[in-house]
Amino acid sequence: MTSIILCTATRYLMPLMLLFSVFLLLRGHNEPGGGFIAGLVAAGAFALYAIAFNVAEARRALKLDPRTFIGLGLLISASSGVLSLLGGAPFMTGQWGDFYVPLLGHIHLGTPLVFDVGVYSVVIGVTLTIILALGEEE
Amino acid sequence: MLTAVLSGFVAAVFAPLIHRAAPKKAGWVIALLPLALFVYFLSFLSRVGGGEVVPFAYEWVPRLGVRLSFLVDGLGLLFALIISGIGALVVIYGGGYLAGHREQGYFFAYVLAFMASMLGVVLSDNIIALFIFWELTSLSSYFLIGFYHERQASRSAALQALLVTGLGGLAMLAGLILLGRVGGSWEVSSLVGQSRAVGSSALYPAILVLILLGAFTKSAQFPFHFWLPNAMEAPAPVSAYLHSATMVKAGVYLLARMSPVLGGTHLWLILVTGFGAVTMLGGAMLAVLGSDLKRVLAYSTISALGMLVFLLGLGTDWAAGAAMAFLLGHALYKGAFFLIIGSVDHESGTRDVTRLGGLRKAMPLTALAAIPAGLSMAGLPPLFGFIGKEQVYESLLHAPGAAGVLTAAAVLASMLFVVVAGLCAVRPFWGGEVETPKRAHEAPPSMWLGPVVLGALSLLFGLLPGLVGKSLIASSASAIAGRPIVLKLALWHGLSPALGLSAVTLAGGLGLLAAAGGLRRIGSRLQGVFRYGPERGYQLVLDGTNAFARLQTRLLQSGYLRYYLLMIVAITIWSCGYTLFTRGGLHSPSAGYDDLRFYEFGLGVLILLAALAAVRSRSRLGAIASLGVVGYGVALVYILYGASDLAMTQFLVETLTVILFVLVFYHLPRFRKQSRSLSRLRDAIIALAFGGLMTLLVLMAVTIQFEHPISEYYTANSAVQAQGRNIVNVILVDFRGFDTMGEITVLSVAGIGVFALLKLRLAGKESKE
Repeated sequence: MTSIILCTATRYLMPLMLLFSVFLLLRGHNEPGGGFIAGLVAAGAFALYAIAFNVAEARRALKLDPRTFIGLGLLISASSGVLSLLGGAPFMTGQWGDFYVPLLGHIHLGTPLVFDVGVYSVVIGVTLTIILALGEEE
Repeated sequence: MLTAVLSGFVAAVFAPLIHRAAPKKAGWVIALLPLALFVYFLSFLSRVGGGEVVPFAYEWVPRLGVRLSFLVDGLGLLFALIISGIGALVVIYGGGYLAGHREQGYFFAYVLAFMASMLGVVLSDNIIALFIFWELTSLSSYFLIGFYHERQASRSAALQALLVTGLGGLAMLAGLILLGRVGGSWEVSSLVGQSRAVGSSALYPAILVLILLGAFTKSAQFPFHFWLPNAMEAPAPVSAYLHSATMVKAGVYLLARMSPVLGGTHLWLILVTGFGAVTMLGGAMLAVLGSDLKRVLAYSTISALGMLVFLLGLGTDWAAGAAMAFLLGHALYKGAFFLIIGSVDHESGTRDVTRLGGLRKAMPLTALAAIPAGLSMAGLPPLFGFIGKEQVYESLLHAPGAAGVLTAAAVLASMLFVVVAGLCAVRPFWGGEVETPKRAHEAPPSMWLGPVVLGALSLLFGLLPGLVGKSLIASSASAIAGRPIVLKLALWHGLSPALGLSAVTLAGGLGLLAAAGGLRRIGSRLQGVFRYGPERGYQLVLDGTNAFARLQTRLLQSGYLRYYLLMIVAITIWSCGYTLFTRGGLHSPSAGYDDLRFYEFGLGVLILLAALAAVRSRSRLGAIASLGVVGYGVALVYILYGASDLAMTQFLVETLTVILFVLVFYHLPRFRKQSRSLSRLRDAIIALAFGGLMTLLVLMAVTIQFEHPISEYYTANSAVQAQGRNIVNVILVDFRGFDTMGEITVLSVAGIGVFALLKLRLAGKESKE
């Protein structure tokens, strides 16, 4: 069963939802948001896509196997802790620094953000692994 | 020193790579590490021989007082030299023995890891570190014994060795912890000074028995001896290394190390000497009854270990020196023998003594190496084994009590050693040639090098006992006694009673050797009786454990999700509720309801109604949608109280849950009433009880006034220390980042688990179709 309304809406909604999820992820340290919520939003976007079209399409849109996101996320989170070791501090101590990025100006970045990116990836991976596997079984 | 001990573990990682790069030469290359360690340890010889003790310490877990402290004294050095020296020979030998084996690279890795663990055991001063290395030897030996893992016998032998020594290891850990508490230190070197306090403590018998359990299981003492002959499933170099020269001597080492702390009591004398003597005689008897040369060697090793334990039990200075001399002699000749028998097996295709003979022409170098090993084992001059045996006799003749009985036991065991030496050194190589399964030819250089070097050392130390007498034997005996000991090792002690006993031993041994065929026939008749030995007990316990595990799995793991849920919820109700009611956690909530707004009240009613609708719904979709309303209602409550992060999470989780449920629908049978009214009533009661309990818990929890709520800390420090204003997120990724790390790991495992369950079921369906 394919609904034209849902399909069309999804085409416009999905990029917005993904953008919103990145927005939530980046602002999470200071405003409501964070890796977990952002990951759920992103996973929701792909779940919507899978419902509107089908699971195979959603997988194609995702590019990578959701399980890869799990591994990648764990790796990123764990490495963020190791970054602190390189800075001479105990494992997972937050390390912060100001960076100058052209067009954006000075931004304040730290290892907790890297950690949150890992969480984001794990949440997307786990949620979609389950949802897509269930959807495929039809 | 830390580098020396740990280098083996590092090298173990790289050994398979080296093997892949150069399969033919890997053994020679990898042997460089043990050889380098051997040379390194040799450099301590003069200092330690002069009575010095060289300590090394590194902080490990300072808060728990666990230091990685090492100590090089005579005892540790003697063992370290045996471990690294024989290790080098065994690695080289393994290069030839397992040439072409698919997993030879892993063999090198396991051997190196084992060597490193073993070095850790004998050099550690801290008893916790000692225990950890001890367990590592059990673990690496598990891989080594089960090296031929395609064979069922190998696997069960490896498991048996692991279970028996592992169980002993646990007992030992308990003993060591008790010892540490009573003695007030975790360092052996300081515990030595506390021996009086330890000996008079009420816990002394428990400490002693627990530690002895560890030592006895490791060193295959009666009644735990049965794992050692079974472990002969391992490749020959493994048996030579683990089961003659090093690992089984770890128990002996522990006794020697603990001797100044725990020894000198009546209980020690009875237990250690008693079990040692029984093992010594039993092992020797079983050795001459068999025909598989490797098992013969295994039983004779058990017997030799028994003799060592027996000597350490006596606790005299003389016995300590004799034990160390005998230990070195035994490592040299028994290691050589295992390698020789391995070569014979490898080249001729059998190790059954009745099917071997006349191999000296085909394998001249191996036969040559067997001569010093055999003479040393039989205790003949001028080999080092003779000196060791003379020392044993001398020390027993001067034993404080029952010298006659003790000496007679040792003489009997030594006679049987003569028989074993004859079986292993004479029978395969001399006499008429016998047809063997494979046409025998000389082993490659890598495989005769080890036996020849070990044989040469037996001869060298025999001719010049001064080389090791003071520097190794006397200094290690001093470590056992806890004070300096002067020892004189010589080939010729004059016409002493010990020399007479040696002559008697030889004569008796040769007599028995002539009757060896008869002994084997007796042995094969007795097979039926041996089946009721301690191994039967092991088997019964193992089967019993498995049966119990199956039974409780059947009882508890019904396989129905509803029963698991029921169980979890019911147990939570019982345990929480019980504690709440009995510990007086119950009191009337003091919070007022005056400031309750009408929309808050309305929301509560909505949630309740939705929950009721979910229960009463006649369709699945209706039930799910109602549950969704409950969830969204809760999320609204969060918003009303300003927890925006929680609310967002709740909304998203609710949405995804509904999606998941909808997807699951496809796979569920048609919705209908399947349960009986009675079970529905039961579920309703449990659900209401659970809901009531949670409500009570929350009400009680909010009324508890803490001295300083932890939230204040987070509010104050979140922006300052973690540079973030969203406290929830700062807690998640920074303050409690470790928890989150664990949580996402669990989440990942759960996700992969769900995936595997779904996909496995699919695969199963396809294969059935």
